[in-house]
Amino acid sequence: MKRRNFLLAGVGAGGALFLGWSLLPLRQRLRGSAPLNPAAGGHALNGWVIVGTDDSVTIVMAKAEMGQGIHTAAAMMLADEMDADWAKVRVVPASIDAIYNNISAITEGLPFPPESNGSVVRGVKWMTAKTMREFGVMMTGGSSSIRDLWEPMRDAGATAREALRAAAASQWNVPADQCTVAKGVVSHAGQSLTFGALAALAPSHLPTNFTRKTPAQFTLMGKAMPRIDAEAKSTGRATFGIDVRVPDLLHAAVTMSPTYGGTPKAFDAAAAKKMPGVVAVVALPGSRYGDQAGVAIVANSWWQAKQALGALNVTWEPGPNATLSSVQIQEQLRNAAMTDGGFAFRSEGNAVAALAGSAKVVEALYEAPYLAHATMEPMNCTVQVQQSGVSVWTGTQVPNFAREAAALGTNRSVQDVTVHPMLIGGGFGRRLDVDFIAQAAVIAAAVPGKPVQTLWSREDDMLHGFPRPAAASRLRAGLDTNGNITSFVTHSASQAPFQMYSRRVGFIATEYGPDRTVAEGTWDQPYEFPAQHAAQTALELAVPVASWRAVGHSHQGFFVEGFLDEVAAVSKTDPYQFRLRLLRNHPRAASVLTTAAKMAQWQSAPTPTTDGRPVARGIALHASFGTIAAHVAEVSISNDGKIRVHRIIVVADCGFVVNPDGARQQLESATLYGLTAALYGEITIVNGAVQQRNFDTYKPLRMDESPVLEVHLVQSAEPPSGLGEPGLPSVAPAVANAIFALTGTRLRSLPLRLPRVAAT
Amino acid sequence: MIAFTLNKQPTSLDIAPDTPLLWALRDALNLTGTKFGCGMSLCGACTVHLDGVPIRSCSTPVSYVEGKQVTTIEGLNDAVARAVQDAWVELSVPQCGYCQSGQVMAATALLRTVKHPTDDEVSVAMSGNVCRCGAYPRIRAAIHAAAGKLDANG
Repeated sequence: MKRRNFLLAGVGAGGALFLGWSLLPLRQRLRGSAPLNPAAGGHALNGWVIVGTDDSVTIVMAKAEMGQGIHTAAAMMLADEMDADWAKVRVVPASIDAIYNNISAITEGLPFPPESNGSVVRGVKWMTAKTMREFGVMMTGGSSSIRDLWEPMRDAGATAREALRAAAASQWNVPADQCTVAKGVVSHAGQSLTFGALAALAPSHLPTNFTRKTPAQFTLMGKAMPRIDAEAKSTGRATFGIDVRVPDLLHAAVTMSPTYGGTPKAFDAAAAKKMPGVVAVVALPGSRYGDQAGVAIVANSWWQAKQALGALNVTWEPGPNATLSSVQIQEQLRNAAMTDGGFAFRSEGNAVAALAGSAKVVEALYEAPYLAHATMEPMNCTVQVQQSGVSVWTGTQVPNFAREAAALGTNRSVQDVTVHPMLIGGGFGRRLDVDFIAQAAVIAAAVPGKPVQTLWSREDDMLHGFPRPAAASRLRAGLDTNGNITSFVTHSASQAPFQMYSRRVGFIATEYGPDRTVAEGTWDQPYEFPAQHAAQTALELAVPVASWRAVGHSHQGFFVEGFLDEVAAVSKTDPYQFRLRLLRNHPRAASVLTTAAKMAQWQSAPTPTTDGRPVARGIALHASFGTIAAHVAEVSISNDGKIRVHRIIVVADCGFVVNPDGARQQLESATLYGLTAALYGEITIVNGAVQQRNFDTYKPLRMDESPVLEVHLVQSAEPPSGLGEPGLPSVAPAVANAIFALTGTRLRSLPLRLPRVAAT
Repeated sequence: MIAFTLNKQPTSLDIAPDTPLLWALRDALNLTGTKFGCGMSLCGACTVHLDGVPIRSCSTPVSYVEGKQVTTIEGLNDAVARAVQDAWVELSVPQCGYCQSGQVMAATALLRTVKHPTDDEVSVAMSGNVCRCGAYPRIRAAIHAAAGKLDANG
């Protein structure tokens, strides 16, 4: 049993001790279990920051940078509280330590409605936070980074500032509260010392108490700051996992069973070994982490390894899923959604009975396909197995699981493994899985002593991903004689991605019980329905599904917002006004919606295209990860029958915004990632194998299809909420609703495809 | 032996002639700024300049560049490239940044041939370069900004 699981089991059993522990506050997150070990000239002031005698401020980053700008925003939070000189700030990845465990992703992921704040809810959140502090994992995901770092990184900055202030005061023999700190300098009555000059002294002046700044005192937070990684990423100097070049590096290419659970029947290792540059041929057994069985070739260059794969002449035993078909799965999902069962995440006001008593019932069935993450950087991991230990260089969202996967693959203890987190060329949830790390470890263990970089081709990446689950949902709404909603009932069906993921990586806390992520987006929205019933049926199927940007919201947002638009049409109400009426007691959501409508000039007719084709608008609103977002899309149909999205307005309220430019960038990003899925995204499975191979069959949005984006952030003093994902769910329904406004055709299935008509 | 000029330096490589230029750069020469994305000229992450023209190095055999001039992101250093890269930083164009070497190579090649590209010209020149993070609006704005900057600098 793993230590974490053992301890969790112990927590469940140890009655009196547990009660005592539960009353203690959350353990501090400032100082790690071992002190940081800075390079010469560096002095650690806590587990998050090192001050150099050269005035540098090195911030230790618990979160992976995969594009979301967290290295910039998190550094701003600490540097602001510290009153550091921003020009002297740099970031380094954190080593694994429990102080960096992600608490917010789990506490905010508990299945409680957003507005519930009763004693039970608070108690469970409190206990979950304490448990995650001790036994959780480092994790970048769930739009949780700012929320999770909001207190510890600010505290780390504030205590560092007070230590430096006290160190200066002791030098001058004056009271510390008479010294001022600004831009990396402590001053008093005309004399001053830089952080660098105080670096060696400060660790012996750590404060016992400190206060965080008020927003009025912020010097960096709330200002639009340029990304700290922009220059490295514009000049080719940024180092991703794929760019690791250690001396004597070998390269591995792999071939894996095309079907889930298949195995190599036969392969010609001798023939492959004769190919130029080949060092080793390694059979891959596959592992609990989801890496499929197959064969790897280690060679002096990746191209040589890749070429030698052909000589293997592998034949495959297709295994137990040889007839698996996404068409059949969609049918299963539709059938499940049409039943009366499912786990009710929310049930209020006897909603199903209320349908029967309504003047009119609107009903529709919505569907969404499997989706690949398709990060630009294909999966890769570099591993070196030595007597002294195992080194792993890789881009990962979960360093703890990466370490465990490498330990499994090399048959070494977890303590022997060191993970070096690299910049990530796209995550979107894909790098929450550690299959490729377990596999790379097996490969490197076959050539002990030598560093080996295992790299997947795009085809490997597309075939062997962990898709967003396909889903179907039956939605029903009752209307009274005035066209007002009386009852809102949904029953969706899909696999449970976070549960399946938890089982792969051994995260016991979420291996069982209802998986909130399958139904999120249905029962947690701000709309005020007199009665509501939101049920979900989780199917156990062989497709290894995972979290994909916005997770359940990614399809439930489309279902709910497309359907509400239908209900508005039946009640003969403007779809914007219809939504607004359901938000009377939700001013933040109403404000987001109203702002989007105003920016789009909702009440005026859109201008036709330059060649005279009509343009229509669609609107949608969705709350996810604590943030409320709305989109308005302007759409036309081209002369050859294609959907053209010209302009998208996106508005969000995510509470206080640490870096407004970074926040805007995330809304742009989520909008275009969601638009790609809305227009093109689909993974299909035939005879147990994914059919898509590369960017020709899994089309990404390109520059010529990228609409004009207008982004607006609502000013707010509320604590920050998530932003990596909330800009995604309302894109697809906004486009679909615009297509309805334009053509009268309601598209209830993703990707959005117009019925075939003769070109006009 | 394949001999060519790489970033203004004479270079020769003892390598199988059918090896794609991308892998010659990344594995034999350790120039990792040029990225692998698709291997089929579908995404543009591997874009380099061959005699000044943008090409996909993943689908170009190294034998094809014999005697020619290859420029990678590491070797970009003229006024146009600097204007592009400055605009990229000022407008915080990159997100994950993995595609950006290719984007910068494509944008630099565009501005060398068209001083003030229209939006349509930007679309045509840049649509071979995929960005999954959705940096497109900022890439477009940065190309226009770089064009303006080059103008101002005469």
